[in-house]
Amino acid sequence: MQNDTAVEVRNISKIYSGNVEALREVSLAFPRGKLCTLLGPSGCGKTTLLKIIAGLIPANSGEVWVNGRQVDGPGPERAFVFQDFALLPWATVLRNVAFGLELRGMPPEQRNEIARKHIAEVGLAAFEASYPNQLSGGMRQRVGLARALAVNADIILMDEPFSAIDEQTRRKFQEELLDLLKHHRKTVIFVTHSIEEAAYLSDQITLLSPRPGRVAKTIAPGIDHSRGPDEIRRDKHYLDTVDEIWQMLKQYVD
Amino acid sequence: MTLFGRNIPIAFSLFVWFGLWEIVGRSGFSSFIPPFSKVIETAFVIAQTGKFAAAAAISLRSFAAGMALAIVVGLPLGFLMARVAFARRLLGMWVNIFVSAPISALVPLLMAVVGIGETTVVVTVFLFAVFVIVLDTQVGVQHADRSLVEMARSFGARRSQIYTKVLILSALPEILAGLRLGAIRGVKGVVIGQLLVAIIGVGELFELYSKHFLMEEFWALVMIVFLFAFAISESLAALERKVEYYAGSR
Ligand SMILES: Nc1ncnc2c1ncn2[C@@H]1O[C@H](COP(=O)(O)OP(=O)(O)OP(=O)(O)O)[C@@H](O)[C@H]1O
Ligand SMILES: [Mg+2]
Repeated sequence: MQNDTAVEVRNISKIYSGNVEALREVSLAFPRGKLCTLLGPSGCGKTTLLKIIAGLIPANSGEVWVNGRQVDGPGPERAFVFQDFALLPWATVLRNVAFGLELRGMPPEQRNEIARKHIAEVGLAAFEASYPNQLSGGMRQRVGLARALAVNADIILMDEPFSAIDEQTRRKFQEELLDLLKHHRKTVIFVTHSIEEAAYLSDQITLLSPRPGRVAKTIAPGIDHSRGPDEIRRDKHYLDTVDEIWQMLKQYVD
Repeated sequence: MTLFGRNIPIAFSLFVWFGLWEIVGRSGFSSFIPPFSKVIETAFVIAQTGKFAAAAAISLRSFAAGMALAIVVGLPLGFLMARVAFARRLLGMWVNIFVSAPISALVPLLMAVVGIGETTVVVTVFLFAVFVIVLDTQVGVQHADRSLVEMARSFGARRSQIYTKVLILSALPEILAGLRLGAIRGVKGVVIGQLLVAIIGVGELFELYSKHFLMEEFWALVMIVFLFAFAISESLAALERKVEYYAGSR
């Protein structure tokens, strides 16, 4: 495996109990420091693949390689951002963000200091002492993101992180994510339903076929993010990418 | 409670009932019902006697031991049944039967097995309390957010940490409700155990008062036991409300 590959899956197959074949022989490489998207029709196994990479569920066959080592469970170099946020309702924002470090047994002052830094980074400094039910959906997902950043994993797995968030917040969030990635060199594997989101954010897009999920196509949009978001969204190259993906996905919808 | 559009504190409803009791008692309607004021007066007298102190001590000891046993057995069993399908299949039906079964009917049987004495009372308290604790714990843990467990695992939580840092806290409102219901049943267990089998403690006093037709004393004791159960259940309920608040939008 080359050094610039952060995650690689080889021939991953997954059959759930009840003979639901979710994934068949999926092989994919995720380059280091890039944002890679998994896209595909509902039920094609995107979440399944992401959770197998996270080590949360076992595959029936195949291998997951992370940073050149084969893994079969969760590890500190990977952090997950959940679609439903998965925040502890009885814990403050500060404790939630520090939770990954708490599990590792880091002393309170130390982990709170790290957590505070990341809370500020996602713009929630004023809400350290708030509880999740006092926050909006967008703010909750920021807490989820800060929690993933706090453990300093270099691979971040995100399962439709913005799907429960309104369009304006979502666009703002996308900018912030790109901004964050510029400063931290992270590899992001991102599941989304939105073609525009995928085309706008990704360095690499993988299209999965309907169940059983297989790799249908891999695209590298190569959007230049030094230009402003509005300019990019009018750009011909961006629009062509969106159209290319849509043409592929359209056949699955019918 | 509201009356004529005004908020009436719950204590007010007690006043009304106690007032009614006083009137019925004074009217001499039945010798079984002495006036409420007399009962309260007697309660204070009884509470200061050595006989009552001794009875209360025995009863409290049995209650505490039975409850402790019920908690020590009930919580782990509830967790086990929530997390292990096999345990659930093996025990689920029995717990559900016993949670609603008239345990009092079993007490004479206990006498044959455990003998007559404090142990029987402890076992009675245990049997009264344990099943509802098991059931509520199981429900709480089973309804614990699956995605929180997954989240903890993704951040490298060990098995023990999943219990201490996620499952217990997530199930805390249900666990506390189980403990509260268990404690109320436990109080019943003490009285029934002491009345039916071992004629000791508060049960012995009940027996004594009813045999000698000392109705004022009898009702005074009822009030004391009632107050004790009420105090325990209220303090657990207060804790529950606090937890509910923190648990927020679960
Ligand atoms: N625990 C499970 N047991 C049985 N089948 C499951 C389980 N989890 C998922 N599946 C099935 O596996 C298939 C893939 O599910 P998965 O959640 O990975 O899809 P997805 O691509 O993430 O879908 P969506 O876009 O709707 O989120 C689906 O058909 C689903 O019904
Ligand atoms: Mg999904």
